[in-house]
Amino acid sequence: MIPGALREEVARDGETIVFVAPERLLETMTWLKNTPGQEFNYLVDVTAVEFRDRERPLQVVYFLRSLTRKADLRVKVELAASAELAVDSVWGLWHGADWLEREVFDMFGITFRGHPDLRRILMWETYAEGFPLRKDFPLRGRFSRAEQVRQALNANPEAHYSLDELSIADAWGDIPEDMRERLKRGERGTITE
Amino acid sequence: MKRVVDGKEVSGQSPNYLLAKFQNLVDWAVNSSRANSLWPMPFGTACCAIEFMATAASRYDFARFGMERQAFSPRQADVLICAGRLPFKLAPVIRRIYDQMPQPKWVISMGACASTGGIFDNYAMVQGIDTIVPVDVYVPGCPPRPEGLLYGILLLHKKIKGESLFDAERRRDEQPLDEKGLRLSPAEIDEVSEPFGNSVHQFRSS
Repeated sequence: MIPGALREEVARDGETIVFVAPERLLETMTWLKNTPGQEFNYLVDVTAVEFRDRERPLQVVYFLRSLTRKADLRVKVELAASAELAVDSVWGLWHGADWLEREVFDMFGITFRGHPDLRRILMWETYAEGFPLRKDFPLRGRFSRAEQVRQALNANPEAHYSLDELSIADAWGDIPEDMRERLKRGERGTITE
Repeated sequence: MKRVVDGKEVSGQSPNYLLAKFQNLVDWAVNSSRANSLWPMPFGTACCAIEFMATAASRYDFARFGMERQAFSPRQADVLICAGRLPFKLAPVIRRIYDQMPQPKWVISMGACASTGGIFDNYAMVQGIDTIVPVDVYVPGCPPRPEGLLYGILLLHKKIKGESLFDAERRRDEQPLDEKGLRLSPAEIDEVSEPFGNSVHQFRSS
């Protein structure tokens, strides 16, 4: 029996879905990765689902694959929409979860506790309209078009790189001095009033 | 030759006649040179860029119209061709590219998305790049066929040949952003970004 599992379902395509209690997610994932006979050593994707029915909880979905056993597993965590949307990060198990969890945070506003660098990844970092894939988010955004254009034009296109990304690219010595200063201060661009 | 000046009939050429002839000659020479050696700066973001590549390749070959050299640096480019949809995240990028291009410069907005936002009437997409940079020629289509882009380029040639070096209004030197960082007033941006076509049936809240 998988530790922390609440119930299991079989999806239409024959894949198994395991529902896990949020507070036991990390324990379950560690078990799934390290236990012989499970060996889910590859995290394919992390995503989230919000339903039209506001009463239903949000789901965070983890797609796991075992490259050695050639097996797939889906793990779901349900988060009540009324409570705090937070779940433990699995970055410590699969480093590939870094950007996947950032994307879920960007689009749904779900916080991943213990994530090393949780900031927006698709929208720019000064984006102030909310989380676009939530059901209460209007399709055209919350602000007027003029305000959206103003904020976009005032965003700093260089500010999307973190210090880590730049040092990985060995570009630290090549970027302009003022940009280095901004990045040292962690400055992400400002919106003028 | 008889002319009427201040109600009196006078003979002879206007004193401005030679100057006008000279200006026309200079304009003709300069505009022909500009129109027939346009260096495009491709800004390809989506499927329109595929058609743009087809236009540049051997079958359609816009090098026939003097666009042999594609400048992948804005500092050596004459015409910015925005091929594809433009998300808000790229708005400061295209504005910076436009600002880096030397005068004289022109912009072609290629395809429905670059011109109007197209089918992407959502939170992430600029509703027409004319809210970001001034546009000279809009090429409709989704994406436009290479013939469509070539027609747009020929229209731009026509526009360039109609310009005059001696008419300061026609060639505004800079179109800087105002203190809010916009090139149009907020009301104008809202107006050109309004839903049209099928997207009027979609409510802002849905």
